[in-house]
Amino acid sequence: MEADPVMLARLQFAFTIIFHIIFPSFTIGLSAYIATLGAMWLKTGREHYHGLMRFWTKIFAVSFAMGVVTGIVLSYQIGTNWSRFSVVTGNVLGPLLGYEVLTAFFLEATFLGVLLFGFDRVPPWLYVMSAAVVAVGTATSAFWILAANSWMQTPAGYEMRNGIAFPTDWLAVIFNPSFPYRFTHMLNAAYLTTGFVVLAVGARYVLGGRYLTEGRIMLRMAIGLTVVLAPLQLILGDQHGLNTLKHQPIKVAAMEGHWDGSKPGELELFAWPDESAQIDRFAIAIPHGSSLILTHSWDGLFPGLSSVPAADRPPVKPVFFAFRIMVGIGLFMIAAAFVGAFLWWRGTLYETRWYLLVMAQCWWLGFVAVIAGWVVTETGRQPWLAYGILRTADATSPVPGATIAGTLALFILAYGVVFWFGIYYINRLINGGPESAIAHAPDPLTHKPATSGSER
Amino acid sequence: MTGMEWYLPVIWAALIGTAVAMYVILDGFDLGIGILFPFAQSERQRDQMMRTIAPYWDGNETWLVLGGAGLFVAFPRAYAVIMPAFYLPIIVMLVSLVFRGVAFEFRVVSHSKIGWSIAFTVGSTLAAFSQGVILGALVEGIPVHDGAYAGGSFGWATPFAFLCGLALIAGYALLGATFLTMKAEGPLGVRARAQAKIVLVIVLAFMAAVSAWTPLAEARIATRWFSLPNFYFLWPMPVVTALVAFWLWRSLESGREVPPFLAAIALFLLGYLGLVISDFPYLVPPSLTVWDTAAAPASQIFMLLGTLVLLPIIFGYVIFVYWLFRGKVREGESYH
Repeated sequence: MEADPVMLARLQFAFTIIFHIIFPSFTIGLSAYIATLGAMWLKTGREHYHGLMRFWTKIFAVSFAMGVVTGIVLSYQIGTNWSRFSVVTGNVLGPLLGYEVLTAFFLEATFLGVLLFGFDRVPPWLYVMSAAVVAVGTATSAFWILAANSWMQTPAGYEMRNGIAFPTDWLAVIFNPSFPYRFTHMLNAAYLTTGFVVLAVGARYVLGGRYLTEGRIMLRMAIGLTVVLAPLQLILGDQHGLNTLKHQPIKVAAMEGHWDGSKPGELELFAWPDESAQIDRFAIAIPHGSSLILTHSWDGLFPGLSSVPAADRPPVKPVFFAFRIMVGIGLFMIAAAFVGAFLWWRGTLYETRWYLLVMAQCWWLGFVAVIAGWVVTETGRQPWLAYGILRTADATSPVPGATIAGTLALFILAYGVVFWFGIYYINRLINGGPESAIAHAPDPLTHKPATSGSER
Repeated sequence: MTGMEWYLPVIWAALIGTAVAMYVILDGFDLGIGILFPFAQSERQRDQMMRTIAPYWDGNETWLVLGGAGLFVAFPRAYAVIMPAFYLPIIVMLVSLVFRGVAFEFRVVSHSKIGWSIAFTVGSTLAAFSQGVILGALVEGIPVHDGAYAGGSFGWATPFAFLCGLALIAGYALLGATFLTMKAEGPLGVRARAQAKIVLVIVLAFMAAVSAWTPLAEARIATRWFSLPNFYFLWPMPVVTALVAFWLWRSLESGREVPPFLAAIALFLLGYLGLVISDFPYLVPPSLTVWDTAAAPASQIFMLLGTLVLLPIIFGYVIFVYWLFRGKVREGESYH
């Protein structure tokens, strides 16, 4: 098979960016959690909060390092793989990325140093504030990068001159039509992802009878957060979907597997989209369901995939299936959060083993949902790289397929090693528990007996 | 060209030049510590070496992102040529930085430190080498056709580029050794001082080789340096470089702690200035200048306003953190 440079460039970029997003999805939420724990420690003076803060900071350090180094790769890969894209959109997207570096990257990287190494050098309030600054930095980073990505989906505030985009209105560029939806949806996803990791770790400790106080604090905090954010995510996602229907209807058609726009859309729970026959096979569907969700009317119509030529359609299968994975996980999260809240209200949360057993295994849910969501929105944007401005096939660099394939193999190898070691080390830190995190600390405040985590 | 279209690219070239200089110096010393890693006496001493840079490395590396993003912001057409032209060395550099970056955290958590010590060394050394290769190949020039890179995947692989790669390894090792001289207590600091002297000799040899090679190989660089009246203004460059090298040697000999690091920085800045003199105003020699590749003035102004406000703030808190972690690092000092 002849190596297709466009496909290889896409595969390589998809691989590195999917790998990268795993870490921000976690560290955006985790930094906020660490700052919250710090604030509660300052407020209550309880050492458990401090212990948990130190414990999660160690895990944060490992995750953040992986996020930073894989993020640097992306800032160069835009040029190595998509040089034509850089020229066409550089005037508009360049400053958004530039502001991300200046307002977020330096802030997080610098104050992370204080958070990791400064405990015995700064007063507690400054130590906790450093955690908060890191949290604000990660969210600010998300703001800019989602502004840039949203502009690629729903470009605004620009004009084309000789095939090059020129900015005309910066506020319109940043607050482009899909940005508010995408930003809130992603930020909430990051907090939810972290919520379920914390929930899983708490469940693991309570199940194992270790670090019970810390485990219970984590369970309560995680359930309290997710019971609000998981349903909120459904609303945000629905609004985001309606916004996409308005601006990128063919993406929505691919998400729904909706071919014929002259009929109301079914809500397909499962199907196998057949792109050559332009139908969905083996469909299990609720009639009129999609019409009801998307148009709020029983017979509402929305464009189908067949309404545009095949060359203007995204690949249907990845969008269709990734969407179902994302929504499925989202619904499961809502159920898990409500069951947890119910058990907490009943006072049996810590004794309900089946619930804790399931939750202890659910740490990965958010990550998979985030990746699936990004596959939906990015693959659904195809064949465009910048929607309506530049097609992916026209955006590549003059680099031969073999070179891209070789470096793709290098990335897979390198990231594979880093990923499995990272998971292994994080798992070991979790097994070590909050006390070992404190035992390493040099400061007098944390010289607590090693049994402080036991039952009170 | 109206006034604004002339001076905006020049301002941006100066800003990106500053970011690259900041990167080369700051990440230079922590990459240098990775390069010197195998020459430590024990893993315990390696712990101490890592501890001297642990609070800073992440911030230091952010200057590399600023350099890359800055090029994309201000000179998208140069970014679009340089990145594909140096595809392989850039990706090798990035993967190397991945390994050395995670090594900071993984090494602490791991049972056996040696594996991640090796990753840290190889990653740091390869990253330095790749950066030197990119720099050298950029000085030699990039073939451009119709605004896009017009060479092959190995166009950068020349003897001069490899020479520059080795030179940068030595240069970063010098920054690392002088940083340790300043920052490390006990035997490590003493050892670093001795290493710095050896590395200084190697660096000077490389600087001489590069300085002799560039004007011989590139006529435009020879013209820039040796034509009149340029030569009247430029002859002090090598003289000042020699004086700084002498100052560095003397301060190492006389047991000073901070001056060797400052002198090593000065030596780097002089080498960097030499390159700028050789190549300005070309961003992609020999064809594209800063003006040919500049982004729209509206984009450059929008970003410039933010930069003028934010860069001083960044300098403020970066200096705060360096001040916070002032003083020497002892052997056996704990990690977080």
